[in-house]
Amino acid sequence: MELLAFGDTGWGDELFRATLMTIAVSITAMIIGFLFALIFTPLKLSKNKFLNFIANSYTTIIRGVPELLVIYLFFFGGTGAVMFVASIFGYNEYIEINAFITGAFAIGIISGAYSTEVFRGAIQSIDKGQFEAANVLGFNKFGKFFKIILPQTLRLAIPNLSNVWQITLKDTSLISVTGLVEIMRQSYIAAGSTRDPLFFYSFAAVLYLLLTFVSMKLINRLEVKYSRGY
Amino acid sequence: MDLELMINSLPKLLNAAVITLKLLSVSLIIGLFIGLFFAILRLNKNIFINRFAYGYSYVFRGTPLLVQIFIIYFGLGQIEYLRSTVLWVILKEPYWCAIIAFALNTGAYTSEILRSAFQTIKPGIIEAGKSLGISNKVIFYKIQIPIAIRQSLPAYGNEIILMMKGTSLASTVTIMDLTGVAKYIISTTFKPIEVFIVAGGIYLFMTFIIHNVIKFLEKKYSFN
Repeated sequence: MELLAFGDTGWGDELFRATLMTIAVSITAMIIGFLFALIFTPLKLSKNKFLNFIANSYTTIIRGVPELLVIYLFFFGGTGAVMFVASIFGYNEYIEINAFITGAFAIGIISGAYSTEVFRGAIQSIDKGQFEAANVLGFNKFGKFFKIILPQTLRLAIPNLSNVWQITLKDTSLISVTGLVEIMRQSYIAAGSTRDPLFFYSFAAVLYLLLTFVSMKLINRLEVKYSRGY
Repeated sequence: MDLELMINSLPKLLNAAVITLKLLSVSLIIGLFIGLFFAILRLNKNIFINRFAYGYSYVFRGTPLLVQIFIIYFGLGQIEYLRSTVLWVILKEPYWCAIIAFALNTGAYTSEILRSAFQTIKPGIIEAGKSLGISNKVIFYKIQIPIAIRQSLPAYGNEIILMMKGTSLASTVTIMDLTGVAKYIISTTFKPIEVFIVAGGIYLFMTFIIHNVIKFLEKKYSFN
């Protein structure tokens, strides 16, 4: 227990901050994932073969390649890519991207592929009559999507999105290889300096369990909220 | 694009892919037995046995695989007692530690898949077996298990692919699997995109094969 004391004598405050970091990275990655889903879900549903192909390649490649490999690509390739884009605009200095952005982006792209599949499934399972009824009632495209389709999509998508969230949360542990101080990295540091890996990695496991448990409870509430009326 | 690097690194990466496949197949086989064992415990009416099995799957599904590997590889070595037992022969090898972690992890997911498969078997089928005078044991092994396997094939196929991606974490405990070698080549040549294309391509190819084998099995064992 002394090992977990707050302040200079223990690792309590460091681990607490690391937990907040894990939550921050997970949420950022989830949001980036939603943005990707927002782009690729319409492409997947589109009738254009080429757009379909792009969206399908995205989800197939990302879901078929290990997360760690994607993270290495971003970790080693991210700086180069940004500097290349900057050099087009005439900026040739060295650019350092911080680990948070690299990590959140890498995990976000992965989580986006899963979210895209979830949203595609949800939209496809909405009854055709709903679209037709909205047209008949004279909704414009905007109103039809936001007032009729989206609320129903969310109801169907939330249980699966909660799975995506769990995957994303657990995937953030892999960012520790890039040196971002989240739960895993902090435990690694603590385990190294105290020579007590068993305790710290077990404690990390408890922290992750706590995070998944609490988020499940919160998501269940959301589920209830979006399925009222059913 | 450095085509020469891509061609030169292909044989090295293919060799590493063999290690990935070895890790995958060994842990899947062990994991299947663990999963079956815990799925049967989950169906037990005794609340303690039931809770124990649920707790196992909850803990292993709720924590990242990386934590599990680290606990087994770095953590267990710390227990003095373990070092003096026969188990240490296995636990000092990163290869076996990775396999233990993978097997326990996939076992947890497999137990959930099999449990839901067992629960969706229509009671009529079991009753039919009973009325034909077949013993409970034979009903379980000859009727329930084959149906459950058929039911769980699609979900289990996904699990195999997830596990294949999971084996990439073996590279964090010094095993030179496909991801490990890819990382090594990237960090010596600083050509991440080329290496990613080759290594990612090999992974995708393996995913493709697994996907099609499962599809074939599903068709072969479909009911109609």
